[in-house]
Order: sequence, then structure tokens, then C-alpha cells
Amino acid sequence: MKKIYEKAAHAVLFASSTVSIITVLLIILFLFREGLGLFGQKPIEDGQVLLVNKSNPVNKLTSDELKNIFDQEYTNWKTVGGSNDSILLFRIDDIFNYYTEEELAGVDTNMQLLNEKVSELVGKQTGMVAFIPEKQLVLNDKVKTIEVEPVTVSGFFGGELWFPTSQPAAQFGILPLLSGTLWVSLLAIFIALPFGLATAVYMAEIARPSVRNMLKPVVELLSGIPSVVYGFFGLIVIVPLVQQLFSLPVGETGLAGSIVLAIMALPTIITVAEDSIRNTPRSMKEASLALGATHWQTIYRVIIPYASSGITAAVILGIGRAIGETMAVLMVTGNAAIIPHTILQPMRTIPATIAAELGEAAKGGMHYKALFALGCILFLITLLVNITVEFISGGKRIKR
Amino acid sequence: MIESKNLNLYYGQYHALKNISLSMPAKTVTALIGPSGCGKSTFLRTLNRMNDLIPGVKIDGEVLIDGKNIYKDKMDIDLLRKKVGMVFQKANPFPKSIFENIAYGLRVNGVRDESFIKERVEKSLKQAALWGEVKDVLKKSALALSGGQQQRLCIARALAVEPQVLLMDEPASALDPISTSKIEELIHELKKDFTIAIVTHNMQQAARVSDYTAFFYLGELVELDETKTIFINPKKEQTQNYITGRFG
Repeated sequence: MKKIYEKAAHAVLFASSTVSIITVLLIILFLFREGLGLFGQKPIEDGQVLLVNKSNPVNKLTSDELKNIFDQEYTNWKTVGGSNDSILLFRIDDIFNYYTEEELAGVDTNMQLLNEKVSELVGKQTGMVAFIPEKQLVLNDKVKTIEVEPVTVSGFFGGELWFPTSQPAAQFGILPLLSGTLWVSLLAIFIALPFGLATAVYMAEIARPSVRNMLKPVVELLSGIPSVVYGFFGLIVIVPLVQQLFSLPVGETGLAGSIVLAIMALPTIITVAEDSIRNTPRSMKEASLALGATHWQTIYRVIIPYASSGITAAVILGIGRAIGETMAVLMVTGNAAIIPHTILQPMRTIPATIAAELGEAAKGGMHYKALFALGCILFLITLLVNITVEFISGGKRIKR
Repeated sequence: MIESKNLNLYYGQYHALKNISLSMPAKTVTALIGPSGCGKSTFLRTLNRMNDLIPGVKIDGEVLIDGKNIYKDKMDIDLLRKKVGMVFQKANPFPKSIFENIAYGLRVNGVRDESFIKERVEKSLKQAALWGEVKDVLKKSALALSGGQQQRLCIARALAVEPQVLLMDEPASALDPISTSKIEELIHELKKDFTIAIVTHNMQQAARVSDYTAFFYLGELVELDETKTIFINPKKEQTQNYITGRFG
């Protein structure tokens, strides 16, 4: 009888662990499948085409060039490798600049001739580029469509522009987001490390047991506060403070985000660092004290070096926490997708981008896939962080 | 010269040392023996105030080293510990190089002169009979040494700050017989310059290395006398029973 129970228990345990592991793996698989779908796709809006005169030597445009053309940054075809001819933009609404309603009306006055007229117009104007829906396309022998280069991995990682909804060509360069994330997270760690380490040393070595027993739950409580509350605090307190302190036009900057993240990373850093400091064997402390070292000398010459791998792990875990943090950062960093030059600029991080934009991205569209690709990057960064921690603390175990 | 007068020590409510009064003459070896939990290690640790680290310890009575009460309020504990070196039961080298392990005590005591440190490292390693084995690998991690070498390194480390007293808490209990005999020879040598107190569970060791032996039992000092007397003709029956192995 007992054997059957045991077998059943084993089966249940096995099944639940298998299910949970497979679920996690499937999520990762899903993330990458959606994210990798971005590459190779043409960053032009679905169902739209670009029409030019057949005499135009340009056959292909990058999305960057396309954006510049439609922003009227480029005004001559020479810039994109064509002949010396000025660029004339045409969107479907512009049709009435060239034709009257009567001319377009056709037999039953329902703009029947619109499509043919567009092609006719492009056939006449050598410098014109028309951005029109694919179903309105009527090809004649004087016009041709031009291609947009697909999104490449290097364009994705090296692109300096993030305009996922821009028309006609979306821009998926994640450099601004990546640099925003790194700036905010790394500065957060620089702020949090001295405070966290000081608190950890104080709690582990200096505080009386009664003080420590009071501090420890408080620190742990800090990590339980929802991040949106930290965001509130940042928005109400830190953002105006940063604005006044540096007399900035807006206080929503990378610095404000870093400060909020630093506060949020503190509990992780303190808890992990304190544990590793307390794990320094008593024999090490006694050896140092017995040689006439003061308590302080013992702390910085023996205990901190001994706990250094644990402290490093604490820092890296703190970075991991900061990199993945979404809500609080979204609320205080200002979210401008530009490559920052100082920490006093608004910045946009990867998680904040995903949270802010996923709601408005059409499912299966390029924007949607680009956000999943961002998710993949975030996943890879955190994976790297965790592997590093494992490596550092694993190395320590071997040394012992 | 070490002297304790009516020394009492409490771990919270527990009365661990009861009215210990004894004296150890300078440049002799005194062995502290007794069954586990009898207070001999605790007593040893009162001599350099190592017990201060343990929360809830209360001490009254006097410990005089060179006539000065080390439990007086104005006592500089770091200076005391420099004067009273200690070697622990388990070798506890720092995870640093051999050289830096020995130099540590000098550095924390404010020595900056590197050539002086170098000299002193060599001298201490020679005193601890380790120089020949490690002189070419001073930069190597101390953790790469064998257990016996590590313990001698710890002795050298303690000697480097030139203490007057050396406290040894079962220094050979974790070592093999060859390493043990090396440590014992070392104690014989060191006796010329230092006052040594050694806690040991090994009766033969106490007989071999010490001039005086103190027998502790249940927190009390039962008997202190010349080692020969203790082992051949003890005055108390308890001592007799313990050293002949009838209990303990």
C-alpha cells in the first residue's frame, strides 16, 4: 500500500517539476520566435508600396534614407545614389494638388480613375516618390516600385533611431534604449554600492544584535514595496529635487531614474553583502585581532577582502535588478529615445519601452516583433548577469 | 610573568571559570590540561581578552601581565594583543600570500618600512622553522601549504609582532605525528624568548613540552605544579585519576 502512495507522490512531484520547467522553456522559446521574426522583414508599413518613375536609377532604399526623404531632410536623389533630380513627395491626399475631382471621377463619379491617375502622375514626374496602398497600385510602363531594405541585426543593434511607428518607414535602432538602460543601471549601482556596502558592514560587524535584529526586517521590507510606489516617490520627491539642484527644464532624467533604482537595488545589495560578510569565518577575525589589529583594520583588511566575491555577487545581482526594473523607471526617466550624452537628459530604458509601447503595437506587426526582440535582449542580459554571479560564487567555493 | 587573581568568568548565567588564581613565570611553558569543557581554553582566551568578542561574557577578578591588570578600563586591547600572541587550534592563515600573512601583524601596527618587514618576515619564518621550506615561494598563497606548514606559518605570524607571551590553543591537535613533533621542538626553542601557555588534550605532549602543568576541572583550577610533580606525584586524587586516564 505504502509503495503505491510513494509512487504516486513521486509521479506528482515529477509531473509538476516537468510542467514548470517546460513552461519556462516555452516562454523563452516564444519570446525568441516572436523576436527573431523582426529580422529580414521590410520596415515599411504593411500593405503599402513606394512608386517612382521608371527613369529613376534608385531601386532600393534603407529605412533610414526613406525616413530622411519623407522628413524632407534629403531633397535630392543624388544623396541616395540617384541622378541629380530633386525629390518630390507624394502621399495619396496630395492627389487634389494635381487633379480635380472631375478628372478623377470616371463614369460613376466614384473616383474610379484615382489609381490610374497616380501612376500617370508618377510617370510624368521624374523626381516623384509616391507612398500608396498596395491595392491602389496600377503599374504602367513608366513607373516601378522600389524596395526597402529589410531590418538587419547590425541595423538593429547599431541603429541610433527608435521610431517604431514612423511612416512610411519605421526605425528600429536600439542603441538609444540600450545606452539608456546601461547608463541608468550602472549609475544606480555606483550610487547604491557605497551605501549598501556601508550598511552591510554596519549590520554585520558593528551594530549591536538588537539594532541588527531591527534593521534586518526593515531592509527586507524595502524589497517588498511595489515598484510603482517607488516610482511615485521618485516622481514627487526626486524628480523636482533633481530639477532644482541642476536647474534643468525638466527633472525627469536618467539621474532621477538612477536614484530611484539605487534605492530599489539597496535591499538586494545589503542582504547579499551582509550574508557574505557574516560568513567570514570567526577564525579569520580572531587571527587578525590576535595580532593586535583594530576592529576597523580587521574589517577592511580581512573581512571585506574575504567577502569580496560575495560583495561582487551582490553588486551584480543589484545590476540585474536595476536592468530589469520597469515601472519606477518608466515613471521618472522621461522616456526620450535618444542617445544620452549626460546623465541629466531624459532617457528611455528597454523594459520601460516594452511596457509603454506593447499596448499600442499591432499583434504580429513589426513594432510588436521589435518589442519582443527587446525582450530577448533583456533576457540575454539578465542571463549573463546570473551566469556571472554563478561563476563568481562558484569560483569561491572551489577556492575554499 | 602572568598572574591571575580570583578570576571569574560567566557566559550569561553559566559560571565557566571559578576563582582562578595562578601564575606563570616568564620564559617557561605552562600546559593547561583537563577534560573538554573544563574551562582551560576559556582561561587561555582571557589572557589576551579574546573572550571580549563573545556576546554575554562577564569577567571579574584580575589578570596581571608584567604587573599590569589587563582588565582595567584604560587597557589598550590592541596593544595587549600585540604583546600576547595567540595560535589557534585550527591553522587559520589569511587567504593572502605567505609573505603577506607574516607581514600582516606589522602592517596593522603601523610599520611602513618594507626592508624592515622583509627582515622580520625572514626572522619569524626561521624562528618557526619554516624558512627552509617556503623561502622560494613567499609569494604563493598560504592556503597552498600543508596543514602542518600552515600551523607553523600561524606561529611565525604571531612571532612577527614580537610578543612577550604566546598562547597556544591545542596547536597540534589537527596535525599528524611528524608535524606535531616539529611544533613541539619549536616550543622548546621558543621558550628561550617567550612565555608560553599551551592548552592540550594530549597528556604526553604536556609532559614533553611543559615546565608547569595546570589541571582544570569543571571551571576550577584543581592543581598547578611543576610538570614532573603533576605527572609523577600529584597531590590531588582528581589529578591522579585524570592523568592516568581513569576519567576524562
